[in-house]
Parts: sequence; C-alpha cells; structure tokens
Amino acid sequence: MHINLADQHHRGSSLIHRLDPRTKLIGTLLFIVAATVLPPGAWLPYGLLFAASLVVAQRTGLGTGFALRRSFVALPFALAAITLPFTVPGEGLARLGPLTISAEGLVRFASILIKSWVSVQMAILMTYTTAFPELLWGLRALRLPPTLVAIISFMYRYLFVLADEALRLTRARAARSGAGADRRRTGGGVVWRGKVAGGMVGNLTLRAFERSERIHDAMVARGYQGEMRMLDTPHLHDADRSALVGWVTFLAMTLLIGFVF
Amino acid sequence: MATIEIHDLKFNYPDGHPALLGVSLTVKPGERVALVGPNGAGKSTLMLHLNGILQGQGQLRVCGWSLDNGHLGQVRAAVGLVFQDPDDQLFSPTVYEDVAFGPLHMGLPVAEVRQRVDRALRAVGMSEYAGRVSHHLSVGEKKRIAIATVLSMDAQLLVLDEPTAGLDPRARRGIINLLRELPQTVLASTHDLLFVRELFPRMVIMDKGRIVADGATAALLADQALLEAHGLELPR
Repeated sequence: MHINLADQHHRGSSLIHRLDPRTKLIGTLLFIVAATVLPPGAWLPYGLLFAASLVVAQRTGLGTGFALRRSFVALPFALAAITLPFTVPGEGLARLGPLTISAEGLVRFASILIKSWVSVQMAILMTYTTAFPELLWGLRALRLPPTLVAIISFMYRYLFVLADEALRLTRARAARSGAGADRRRTGGGVVWRGKVAGGMVGNLTLRAFERSERIHDAMVARGYQGEMRMLDTPHLHDADRSALVGWVTFLAMTLLIGFVF
Repeated sequence: MATIEIHDLKFNYPDGHPALLGVSLTVKPGERVALVGPNGAGKSTLMLHLNGILQGQGQLRVCGWSLDNGHLGQVRAAVGLVFQDPDDQLFSPTVYEDVAFGPLHMGLPVAEVRQRVDRALRAVGMSEYAGRVSHHLSVGEKKRIAIATVLSMDAQLLVLDEPTAGLDPRARRGIINLLRELPQTVLASTHDLLFVRELFPRMVIMDKGRIVADGATAALLADQALLEAHGLELPR
C-alpha cells in the first residue's frame, strides 16, 4: 500500500536524458541566472529564451507542450509582483480607484512574469529528464556541502515512507468514523476534526523522530562517523563539454542583445 | 576464540528502566544462534550492544575486539547489524549506494567498494536491482538488500533483528534459503519458531532482561512448560 507521489522523472534516451547531471544542473542554473539579470522589457531576448526552452523540450522527446502545460503552476508565485504596476512611478495608463497603473510598472510586472515562467519551464525539463538520485549525485559532484545534499537525499527517501504512514493514519480514522444509529453525520464538528488532525500531525512527528534515531543507528552501525562519503566522480564526456559550451555561448549572446540593443 | 563473549552485561535505559539484568552469552565462530522471547525481553537491546551503539556495564568482546572507543571501527566492520525495519536500514537514494555505504565509510578504495557491492548483491540475488530506488521494492526484496548492505562490509558476524517478520511465505522461504547458504556466524532474534527449528541448532530464550534458557533447539522446543512460561508457542 503505497501512496502515489508521482516521481517527476520520465525515462527516456534522448540526448538531454543522456547528458551528465552536472551539465544539466549548471545549464539550468545559468539559464535562470541569464533570465534573471536581463533588463525589464527586453522582449527579443525573452523570446530567444522561450524559443530555447521549446527546442530543449522538443529534444527531450517529451514534446514542446509538455513543460509549457506544467509551468503554469508557477504563475501564482509571480503574483507576488502584482503590486509593481501600481507602485512604480511613471506615465499613468489607467486609474483603478485611488491607484494608478503605470506603463513602467506594467512592463516590469510582465517581465517578471515571463522570466519566472521560462525559468520554471527549464527547471521542469531538468527534473523530468534526470532521475532524482542522479540529481543528488550531480549536486555532490558540484561540491554542494555534503550535509545539505544528505538532507535533501533523506527528505526524498523518507517523504514516501512518511506519506505512507500518514495515509495509514487517515485510513484508520476513516475506518472508525462511522455514523451513529440516528444517522448524524460521521465524525464531529470542525473542532473535533481539527483535534484529530492535530493529533495525527503530532503522532507523525514523533514517529519521524523515532525513525530518525533508528536510521542514525543504522548509519553508525555501518561505520558512519559524521562525514558523508561518496563514490568517485567520472570526468565529463565530450558531448557534455560541447553542450555546455554551446549553451553558454547562446546565453551570452542573449544577454548581449538584451543589454546592448 | 569465541565470536561473541558477553559476561554479566547490565543496561538501563536513560529513563532508568532496566533492560538487561546481567546477561552472559558465548557464541563460537560459525554457530547459528536464535534469540527468542516475548517483546520487551531485551533482545534488541542486547543486539545493539554487539557493535557498541548501546554501551552497558559488563564485559563484552566481539570478534576478538573489546568494545571500548578505540576499537569501535573494527567492531562495526566485523559485525553486520540488520535492523528489523528495512526502511531504517536502507536510507540511501538507490540500492547501489546503500550497499556501498558500509565499505565506503570503512575507508576502502573505490575500486574495492565497487567489487564488494557487486559481490554482495550477487550473493543475495539482487544484482539487477542496483539502480533501483528502495521505496518501490517489496518487503522481501528490501530485506535481502538490507542483508547485502552488511555482506558488503565482509562482516564475520551477522546480527539480524526479526529477519522473517512481515514477509509472505515465499519471501520468508527466500530469506531462509539465503541464510542457509551464508557461511557467517549468525545471531538472529525472532518470534518465528518454525524458522528457528529449521535453521538454528542453538536457541537462547530471553525474558525480562535475562537469559532464561540456552541450549539445543530441539530440546528446548520439546519443553512445553518452558515455552509456555515465557509466552512462546510452537505452531503444530
């Protein structure tokens, strides 16, 4: 009985799938940095980045619409910038009650929206073409602090275990939430439900805590002394090198266009 | 030289609750010993002493090493402790990394680590599972891999906490066949007396922090009064 937490990774054998996880991590990071530093209203470079994300999506074999559809989840976060059209001073476009929408503010807002949207698309493509263990391995190989990688690794491993436990708890609650003879609704009111839910969260926390002690014992039993070690790191292939060089060149040109023209 | 030599081991939990009240046990190399007794008898506590995770008072020598802080590394390499819940034992992203964890943290060179991982996975018949994520495996598969994680350390002594608990008959049979083939000294705690009868010539009964019987499995299992006194029951 496992909870179905969808693993992001989609198997495949495309060029993008076969790239070294380090290449993909660096490539994605550079892409996001480039998108971030571009000035507001640089529509042509934005278009280039968007086109690049479409090409990559097409090359992964997942299809151009794949990341496009999934990237809409990020839009609500971009709404954090919704105040910009009202607060940035500039030429007034329209009035909304006491507020004025400025053209400069609107451009900045649209830029942030587009930047975060293309960035999320690229990140989605990376996670869908790289298995999580490989991603972790890539982070380690890129010299991210081992403790940080270990935390992410344990989170990934035990998220499923914890979710399974939560599923069992909710099932146990459902199994005992029968209706009385007078057919009142099952369970109690909001307060009662809140109490039960709170108890379950506490229960899960305790279980997680106890499990973490057992896991630590299991690590110590196999020689862990406070330092996570990893297997060797193979050298990057030529394909990875050329992919990175091409990618960096493209991003540099995009930035050039954005700043010069 | 005995593999396990325990003399008058006492241990209290941090809250003061006594768990072991003077346990003495000697296990010779190559022996297979089953540790049985009701829940709370102190079986798991005793097992956690065998590589120094818990440290009580008393004399303890395992695989020739005393368990003071100077030798813990050697002891932990020599003793393969397999926990009851394989989700505790398998904490790495992939099966391969889990089996490599022990030898890697013993400080072995990478080439040797890889050799040992391949050998250990082959020994438990799980070579094709190397790249898999543990979460998606069955309990039986996880238990086999949990055993591989200590075989890769070249452990001389396997300490198994309830190796057949929660397994369906086929997976249980698989574990029995696997353990039968392993040459190591084995100390296993279990409630599965049929498993004991089949695989362990010697049986130790614990109850309330003490060893209450220690002898040939056939003789102890024939003693109805003894089994009943300690809440044990042999299915017929």
